[in-house]
Amino acid sequence: MATVTLPDLGEGIKTAVVSCWYVKPGDKVGQDDDVVELATDKATFNVSAGSAGIIKKILVKEGEEVNIGESLAVIE
Amino acid sequence: MNLPKDVLEPHDTFQNPPRISSQHQHPCRLKDLGLIDYPSAYSLQQQAVQEALQEGVNTLFFCEHRPVFTLGRLAQESNFLLSKNAIEKKGTAIVRINRGGEVTFHGPGQVVVYPIFRLEEFGKDLKGYMEKLEEVAVDFLGSFGIVAKRIEGRRGVWVEKKKIASIGIGVRKWVSFHGMAVNVNTDLEYFRMIKPCGLDVTMTSVGEILNQMVDLSQAKKTLAACFKQVFHLKFI
Repeated sequence: MATVTLPDLGEGIKTAVVSCWYVKPGDKVGQDDDVVELATDKATFNVSAGSAGIIKKILVKEGEEVNIGESLAVIE
Repeated sequence: MNLPKDVLEPHDTFQNPPRISSQHQHPCRLKDLGLIDYPSAYSLQQQAVQEALQEGVNTLFFCEHRPVFTLGRLAQESNFLLSKNAIEKKGTAIVRINRGGEVTFHGPGQVVVYPIFRLEEFGKDLKGYMEKLEEVAVDFLGSFGIVAKRIEGRRGVWVEKKKIASIGIGVRKWVSFHGMAVNVNTDLEYFRMIKPCGLDVTMTSVGEILNQMVDLSQAKKTLAACFKQVFHLKFI
């Protein structure tokens, strides 16, 4: 079991909004596959799975705000 | 020519050339796409992102777009001040895209830059990267004697209370795409159809401030030189 987390985006960015999920529960993902896009004021940022497996659970809905380091999804 | 004193300063960029930095220089391809439609430029950006990931090469695209309104991820359609039908009847496309930010306009006379940069080379810092883009625009405008500035808490570059350059980026595996649009000779009438960036803001251009059109190919060369200096690039 592994979690996809929102990485550090640099100084001064503490939160981002989930703008688009590219996967749904049950989808098979590779380590480098983009799984979700987040948006800050003027930037979008794609987050990769980080480990290969099956998307077990999506923890944050599109439109919701998340903090840096927060878990976004669970991969099994 | 009637030039407002507080906006203009002596033209000194070429008399005082940029300092040569001893810092590491980042190899970068420089490509001018000329006048290109938005989807074609986007495809080329995505191809360059793949090349950045696979071959480790940075690319800096310059282009002008045919008239198009683009909506970023956070864009609200209420920021159109005319109906979409009315806009499309005027021959201007509307495209929803995956950059950050709100609605903006691109069209001939506006220099659009798409840096496809491996941000791990420049520090993994989204805000710092966007501030550097703004620094490039401030330097570029300075070469025309225009005093432009950043405003804390707002993105883009401003001349007094008017906005002259807009920023919206996308990042994939720490490679940047989308970028910055600088109004050089842009027809500013188009911006009256929208709330640019979702703000009650008036846009301006180099041409409007100088009260004359500017040589766009020379402007692109100057902008490339400003990128080279700020990001310590070595064009290959």
